[in-house]
Amino acid sequence: MANFTRRKFIQATGGVAAVSALGFPAIVGAASKKVVIVGGGTGGATAAKYIRMSDSSVDVTVIEPNQHYYTCYMSNEVLSGHRTIDSIKVGYDGLKGHGVNVVHDTVVDIDAAGKKVMTAGGQTFAYDRCIVAPGVSFKDNVEGYDAAAMKAMPHAWKAGEQTVILRKQLEAMKDGGVVAIAAPPNPFRCPPGPYERACQIAMYLQEHKPKSKVIIMDSKDKFSKFGLFKQAFAKHFPNHIEWVAAKAGGKVTRVDAATNTLYVGDTAHKVDVANVIPAQQAGAIAIKAGLTSDSGWCPIDGRTFESTMHKGVHVIGDAAVASPLPKSGYAANSEGKSAAAAVVALLKGEEPGDPSLVNTCYSIVGPNDAISVAMVYDLKEGKLSKVKGSGGLTPMDSPAAMRARDVDYAYSWYANIVQDSFG
Amino acid sequence: MGCNKKALVALIGSVFIVGTTQVFAGPSAKAMADTCAGCHGTNGQSVGPATPNLAGISEAYFVESMTGFKALPKGKTHAEDARPATIMNRIAKGYSDEQIEQMGAYFAKMPVYKAKVPHDAKMAKSGAAIYDKGCAKCHDENGALADDDAGILAGQWIPWMRYSMADFTSGHREMPKKMKKQVAKLSDAEIESVLNFFASQQ
Repeated sequence: MANFTRRKFIQATGGVAAVSALGFPAIVGAASKKVVIVGGGTGGATAAKYIRMSDSSVDVTVIEPNQHYYTCYMSNEVLSGHRTIDSIKVGYDGLKGHGVNVVHDTVVDIDAAGKKVMTAGGQTFAYDRCIVAPGVSFKDNVEGYDAAAMKAMPHAWKAGEQTVILRKQLEAMKDGGVVAIAAPPNPFRCPPGPYERACQIAMYLQEHKPKSKVIIMDSKDKFSKFGLFKQAFAKHFPNHIEWVAAKAGGKVTRVDAATNTLYVGDTAHKVDVANVIPAQQAGAIAIKAGLTSDSGWCPIDGRTFESTMHKGVHVIGDAAVASPLPKSGYAANSEGKSAAAAVVALLKGEEPGDPSLVNTCYSIVGPNDAISVAMVYDLKEGKLSKVKGSGGLTPMDSPAAMRARDVDYAYSWYANIVQDSFG
Repeated sequence: MGCNKKALVALIGSVFIVGTTQVFAGPSAKAMADTCAGCHGTNGQSVGPATPNLAGISEAYFVESMTGFKALPKGKTHAEDARPATIMNRIAKGYSDEQIEQMGAYFAKMPVYKAKVPHDAKMAKSGAAIYDKGCAKCHDENGALADDDAGILAGQWIPWMRYSMADFTSGHREMPKKMKKQVAKLSDAEIESVLNFFASQQ
């Protein structure tokens, strides 16, 4: 209530300022700074909301192709059947409520010198500051994994239609079937994701198709929350999850979608359901706009998230090189707030303050069993750094009651991060 | 009011920058407090189902809680003279005592937020009588007064209050003497009623 009153007050004040400014054209130009945000995922939406909350005089436009966003986080629960696809669907009314202009179109280029953004729909948006949050795109590290193969062997690494395809394949699979998850090389979106996914699918199989199993074919020899996941595999799914490290012949190099076959070199593995997650790089528009380095990701200044490739353009979320922050939803949300604060300050001609960031990530690894990783970050000598002594993993020997609490906290994390980013 | 205050803060900020070259003040209270929102809601207003609201809790209670979390060694979920936790100990260790005070002051300035917590009206009614007799002296105004430094219980999420009570009754979290005496008189069902009473204060 109090917030609404305050916002109304600010709006009213802003209105008065605008009216009086009509007599002073020079001030009108200064009063309405424009920010264009490319991408309405977690990072982009958060930045939009927090800019408007900090300074409602800023004109904020989010350009996003989709009418709805499906959160990647918790999409593994759609695969187990523990939640519906609609439960991870988010609209843009929340942002509109904060006075954000939401445009459904696809950005095809960014002119950093001319400070404008062009769309497939033929629109041009001028900006004072641009924030790019395009998420990830896929590399062609797996031979034969083309657009058609993507439908037959879904990656389900961007939630929505792909998640539904994979869920339907799991439902249609016979008992005794083999589900393969081809896990990608580093760095990629949501480092614990493939392994939580294995647990979620295994929960479904245990209950409905107990003769079936999940094989994780990995491009790596180690992964996020390694000890905790291995513990969960052994504890909950001794007969339902098998992990094959790269060095043990897990690295998928080629697929044949027609026969549902995964190849590791010349060795063929024919499976019943294949979830192929390719290697990743920054979203296509970041590459097109020249925001990426040779790494395929976007280097940024740690204080402001401004691109080191193009001035006036900030990059946040999975596309940015925000290391040591991981490519996670919570990190994208936290980066969105840091970029928002920096952009608001820069538009006023002020010095941006020091950022403070957090990552918190839960994985639900079994019935009443969740694990987490957390970290606090700040700026040290101009670089994003872990705050010494903070963060880390759920203890290996934490009591079952505390693991069960973390399932509740994981759901609270989900409800609140969605509200905080989009609401 | 809001605009004036912001201008004042900006003014103080610029004086600081002018007076001290290359000295970084560190992140602002807002920058730090905003990172809590991913789990505790925008401006500390949690949409649940289990994480508590932070909006409007007193600085003293915030500092006591974070200091308690900070004292819990990594790798433990409870320890003597520390607040039990699943994850908050790992997060609290990311802030200095001064930063914790700054965040506490920031949340304390917000109006108390009471969430629309689902609860059992019948249990809330019987809980009200227990509250009057045993809890009201320290948890003032039906658990909505920040100044009693006993946290805000009005409009809090039941699972969180339930976990807190489990920590108290198991001995993993130290109870003030008066609370220990009162809680000893209550059955599990009565405790649950009191929690529903607090949740019903919206």
